[in-house]
Amino acid sequence: MSEINPALETFSQEVDELLTAMEDALLVLETTPDDADCINSIFRAMHTIKGSSGLFGFDDVVAFTHEAETVLDKVRNGERAIDAELISVLLACKDHTAQIIQHTFFNEGEPLPEELQQQGQALIAQLTGSSLVVGGMPTIQQEKADHFEVDVNTTDSSDNWVISLAFEPDALRNGMDPLSFIRYLQTLGKIIEVVITMPTLPRIEEMDPESCYLNFKIVFNSSADKKTIEDVFEFAEDDCDITILPPNSRQEHYLQLLADLPEDQLKRLGEMLIEIGALTEKEVANILNEQRDEDKEETKPLGEMLLEKNILQQPVIEQALKKQEAVKQKINKESNYIRVDAAKLGYLINLVGELVISGAAMRLMVDKHGLSDVDDVASTMSHLVEDIRDTALQLRMVQIGETFTRFQRVVHDVSKELGKQIQLQITGGESELDKTVVEKINDPLTHLVRNSLDHGIETPAERMRAGKPEKGTIQLNAYHDSGRIVIQISDDGKGLDSERIVAKAIAKGLIKPDQVLSQSEIYNLIFEPGLSTKEEASNLSGRGVGMDVVRRNIEALRGSVSVDSELGQGTTVTIHLPLTLAIIDGFMVEAQNERYIIPLSMVEECVEMSSEEWQIDEVQHYVNLRGQVLPYLRLGDFFHNNKKHTRVQRESLVVVRFGETKAGFVVDELHGENQTVIKPLGKLFENLNGIGGATVLGSGDVALILDVQGLIQHAKKRVNPALALSLA
Amino acid sequence: MTAKAKKNDGVMCLSIMDDMTIYNAHSLKETLLGYCVPSTQELQLDLSAVAEIDSAGLQLLLSLKAEALKRGFTLRLLRHSEAVIEVFELLKLGTYFGDPIVFPANWKKS
Repeated sequence: MSEINPALETFSQEVDELLTAMEDALLVLETTPDDADCINSIFRAMHTIKGSSGLFGFDDVVAFTHEAETVLDKVRNGERAIDAELISVLLACKDHTAQIIQHTFFNEGEPLPEELQQQGQALIAQLTGSSLVVGGMPTIQQEKADHFEVDVNTTDSSDNWVISLAFEPDALRNGMDPLSFIRYLQTLGKIIEVVITMPTLPRIEEMDPESCYLNFKIVFNSSADKKTIEDVFEFAEDDCDITILPPNSRQEHYLQLLADLPEDQLKRLGEMLIEIGALTEKEVANILNEQRDEDKEETKPLGEMLLEKNILQQPVIEQALKKQEAVKQKINKESNYIRVDAAKLGYLINLVGELVISGAAMRLMVDKHGLSDVDDVASTMSHLVEDIRDTALQLRMVQIGETFTRFQRVVHDVSKELGKQIQLQITGGESELDKTVVEKINDPLTHLVRNSLDHGIETPAERMRAGKPEKGTIQLNAYHDSGRIVIQISDDGKGLDSERIVAKAIAKGLIKPDQVLSQSEIYNLIFEPGLSTKEEASNLSGRGVGMDVVRRNIEALRGSVSVDSELGQGTTVTIHLPLTLAIIDGFMVEAQNERYIIPLSMVEECVEMSSEEWQIDEVQHYVNLRGQVLPYLRLGDFFHNNKKHTRVQRESLVVVRFGETKAGFVVDELHGENQTVIKPLGKLFENLNGIGGATVLGSGDVALILDVQGLIQHAKKRVNPALALSLA
Repeated sequence: MTAKAKKNDGVMCLSIMDDMTIYNAHSLKETLLGYCVPSTQELQLDLSAVAEIDSAGLQLLLSLKAEALKRGFTLRLLRHSEAVIEVFELLKLGTYFGDPIVFPANWKKS
């Protein structure tokens, strides 16, 4: 296995990418069945795999992909319509291709096992035999006919601008004189033809001579640009509907400009068209306003609206869209250009970690010996080290979107299997986090999504009965919050039934029958081992193992998970995760001669404490912070319970925040910011309360990194329960 | 008085004696409306005294033409003044009204 030659390895990576692209494209096709780009990309995947497999002599793969390619070619030429059925078959083909390639890789030269062969034949039969209807043809021809008509309309104007002016009835009363604009227009070029229409003109008896009924269509020959022409009508803007259609020769000019646009930056369609002068800023602003005003349900894309309003010819818009797509692809290609072994990156980050520590050690030396001339150099270096640290960590950052989109397939497959209609909505896919975290979050996420699919969303019939839309929605959302990433999985299903959870928990002996729990405490019981409210276990979920594993996995990443739900309305699971597992900005404090690190992103503020000013209520265990009740922990007491505390003169309060909850840590001394390289504690200390890890300081000492979330829970527990109510 | 008329066998001849602008559009319309009656077979408008014409005036002429087409009488524009010719030139309206336009000898020289 280790002797796979490099060419094969490249091939395997390429196949992976192609198949992923194919799957994505297929899923897009589900919603927009005639997206030519998607069809092309699917065809390309099969075609390229066939070609490359031929090079390596993988005849089985060639034979199978050839069939798929033939069918796809037909689809591409419009000879075969694409429908949900074909999409499923093609998805299966994609899986099959992956399987046979896998097989050929590891058992080179051996024939395919019986089952794979049968599977392949079955798929080929489905692909070719079933519905070879030439259904696509007529629609395409019809489309072409339409197309032709539109073309005639636009070429009509040959080489001239076509300016349409529709004046408002009040235009004359407002002191406009349409004639004067046209007179002025004459100074910019030659008016070839004017068509005056008065579509709203009543009979002369009812006509109001002071109202304006005039609409002009002016064929205008000029070398001026669009902006100049638009400016002619600047004053009429409020009383007149102006559209300026550029001449065809301009169109070529625009196409040329579009082709010449630099490809370094992704721009929006409107921006591109303004840049080449095909649209003016005003036009774009108007259209966008209109787009916003329209019904939220069916907002049309900008390009379509431009066409409809006859502001720009179709070829220009098409070209602009193509260009946009090309830039997008180019940027994508560039961004994943270099492939680096993850282990090498890991090594680099470790080195950077060491660099940070020795940087701190040097800093310490400089301060200690008061070397003022070295000070500057040292500062510059620590800045650089900070930059290197950030960049090195950035290298490992990946967008979570890719992980999210994989669930499209899961949702697609599972909803089909369960006979439910479910759509997946993804937001915040561009939020970044460390690749190591992404890899580890995949399993828990899959579990949670499957849970929503299986337990959360009801069957279409049940949903109709509950007055909800037939189609259920699962939302995956991610965003950054105080240096952590928050991932939410929510569904609009039936929600959690707290009574059943309590009953089950009592039956399992997790809680006592007379125990009083808050709603959120009840919901969070589902993370306890052995608790499942589903009556029957399916092959997806419901066996009561899982949610506790989910929680354990997430907590192993120094994260947390919580659930909120409303019966009949849906469930939301929220996961908090650190962005990275390697290096953080820390805030160092000292208590009882022991140094602790608090992740800086969780520190809200630091307050100097003189006991008279800050009323510490030692009995009720809270601090009064500007009238706010704040639970607190004396770090010294908490970690050195058995030692008698020696009060220092002045204490400080560090206010920390985790999500919605806040607490104060009382410490003896504040040491300020510190770049913290997280070193895991050994197995022995894994279960320590309130400690998340350790770090080595510049002096060589060890400081403990606080598990803020756990400590806040502790602090809250100590508060008098009566007061606790006002904290929630 | 914005216009004065001569009548001759269903052929009305009307001289517009004033500008054709938004300021007198109302009265002008009333006057013109008075001639849109069934007995009219042909309406001749003498435009020689029109020193100024704007969009409102033009609109009146256009709607009168439309009315004439609907009622089936002929509208003839005679002796266009310089101002009228200028507007007709600008908007290429000469062929729409279809009346011969006589250019004054000193056209566009003044």
